[in-house]
Amino acid sequence: MTNATTTTDHDDHDDHGPAYGLSRWITTTNHKDIGTLYLWFSFIMLLTGGSFAMVIRAELFQPGLQFVEPHFFNQMTTMHGLIMVFGAIMPAFVGLANWMLPLMIGAPDMALPRMNNWSFWILPFAFSMLLSSLFMEGGGPAFGWTFYAPLSTTYAPASTDFFIFGVHLMGISSVMGAINVIATILNMRAPGMTLMKMPLFVWTWLITAYLLIAVMPVLAGAVTMMLTDRHFGTSFFDAAGGGDPVMFQHIFWFFGHPEVYIMILPAFGIISAIVPTFARKPLFGYSSMVYATGSIAILSFMVWAHHMFTTGMPVAGELYFMYATILISIPTGVKVFNWVTTMWRGSMTFETPMLWALGFIVMFTIGGLSGLMLGVAPVDTQYHDTYFVVAHFHYVLVTGALYSIIAAYYYWVPKWTGNMYNETLGKIHFWWSTIAVNVLFFPQHFLGLAGMPRRIPDYALQFAEFNMISSIGGFCFGLAQVFFLFIIVKTIKGGKKATDIVWEGATGLEFEELPSPAPYHSFNTAPEVK
Amino acid sequence: MSNVFKKIIPRSQMIKICLVPVFMFGFGFAMVPLYDVLCDITGLNGKTGRVEASMIDESDVDRSRTIEVRFLANTTAGLPWSFEPLVTKMDVHPGQLYEAIYRVRSTTDRETKGQAIPSVSPGIAAQHFNKTVCFCFNDQNLAGFETRDMPLKFIISNGISDKVEQITLSYTFFSLDKG
Repeated sequence: MTNATTTTDHDDHDDHGPAYGLSRWITTTNHKDIGTLYLWFSFIMLLTGGSFAMVIRAELFQPGLQFVEPHFFNQMTTMHGLIMVFGAIMPAFVGLANWMLPLMIGAPDMALPRMNNWSFWILPFAFSMLLSSLFMEGGGPAFGWTFYAPLSTTYAPASTDFFIFGVHLMGISSVMGAINVIATILNMRAPGMTLMKMPLFVWTWLITAYLLIAVMPVLAGAVTMMLTDRHFGTSFFDAAGGGDPVMFQHIFWFFGHPEVYIMILPAFGIISAIVPTFARKPLFGYSSMVYATGSIAILSFMVWAHHMFTTGMPVAGELYFMYATILISIPTGVKVFNWVTTMWRGSMTFETPMLWALGFIVMFTIGGLSGLMLGVAPVDTQYHDTYFVVAHFHYVLVTGALYSIIAAYYYWVPKWTGNMYNETLGKIHFWWSTIAVNVLFFPQHFLGLAGMPRRIPDYALQFAEFNMISSIGGFCFGLAQVFFLFIIVKTIKGGKKATDIVWEGATGLEFEELPSPAPYHSFNTAPEVK
Repeated sequence: MSNVFKKIIPRSQMIKICLVPVFMFGFGFAMVPLYDVLCDITGLNGKTGRVEASMIDESDVDRSRTIEVRFLANTTAGLPWSFEPLVTKMDVHPGQLYEAIYRVRSTTDRETKGQAIPSVSPGIAAQHFNKTVCFCFNDQNLAGFETRDMPLKFIISNGISDKVEQITLSYTFFSLDKG
């Protein structure tokens, strides 16, 4: 450090704090600033997509059409899915990566700070374009978040082109973010931090980043084909010109299945950081966790057609995709086993981050088990496109991905702001959310098994009770996240000062080597990792 | 500070990482022909085979087996044609060449253009359903109110699975007119 302060080199900007005003945020190349921007952006998108979900649940509160037209209802289900997947979950993980990766590996910043700035600032434009389509003539996208052709080509509203370019932009943003993560992790680790000493959040993000650069371009290709089918006379997905709409589903799910692991692998990393801290034991089976993550990533490329069991695949194809899909439960089971074993005979305490992490383990497993049921080809014919599927993927994405993000927030926010959140409020937030989310999604299993199809604004009378229960749970869960906003703002404004280690059992460079809050520039001299 | 970063990020590594998305963008498009090739090889998706008439050996006929072939005809919206097979089903022996006729009639006074896309069900029979002559190979131009009989010659190869007792051949005419 003394060397750094005595040199008067032109490039020595080490002691600069942040700039003031709005330009700080627009021109920033600081990983902490960009992480903060990503996290705020994803929270705004969570509330936006959540308000669309409220419209859906309000309409489904009772049978019959009460509030919205079916066409608008379809726009709501579509936008809810797109905003939550691409606007809330993915940017939140990128935000956490920006904030935490350099702190965890002892790097001064991300490897490509200018690109980092760019990859964030594309997002507001991408989502403004996407959301603006709701106000256009003919309405916004109404073909479901999976935008199957020909619904998204021949029969789509004119605003679909805004959707297409929006997807292009968010794809570019994700790919740039992922390249940055890879470059950072491969090149900027502190001396002594070998790959197999990296925290699991770093590992899972490294693998996620490889998935991102491999599949986001395929999505970009799919929407480009849609675009040329719509305007330039090609027939990729149009049978009249020799194309095939089923091929759209193959291309989409070749992207789409790795995409679901993009949304859950970083979550595994977060849980693997939190559970050892509050069990006060090192993570059980570190290397098996790394290999499990790797195998999930590789398998994710080989199972895409299990989303398409009802398209008329030959039996051999159904069997292959069924077995390959069920195979994924093995590495995933290894992970759950390791978390449980980490807690076994640990000195456990149940602060808010631990509660969210435990909620994740229990409820993500419920979602995983319903996923096993859906993976079995003969029964999938029954469950396909019912509310059972909706219940399944909300258990893995809300009580899975979203819960891990909230857990990460509570776990690291003392390091970000220097203030402890209010423990009582955090616990209220957890129990409120957890009761509400189960009231919301658990009845949807029953609705699906009874045959209620997804993406419909009206339903048969026998589904009325469970839908009403589900809607009540939905409103409560939505309100709980507004309460979360209150907690976030309150914690930024003040609170009990956090200690440098923050948690009694915390390990890792971000807790052991840095004060709370982490200074604007950290690790200008790399720490030594033993 | 930025100078420090430039030194430690190897250029060749960056190029490799950036090539992955470029390659995968191309791969997305490559899936289109790959998909067709895969369907052709496996006969998935009801893609039928095509053989030359000269290659058929009439002594290979398997008279012990009879398979029922059903003919379906459809037109899509925007094509003012009526389209139907003259016979709706036929009992055939594997290895023998048969002819079926489809009749198409324009129900409008202007000239219209269309192309038929075939599909065979069940999928496992598709690769054994071979055509030597088919109206689906060409675009069809119909003058106003014209009627045309269109022949189809097909042969079911001997290799077909014994589980197949019935095959459905479906044609759908799509409009090739602009707008």
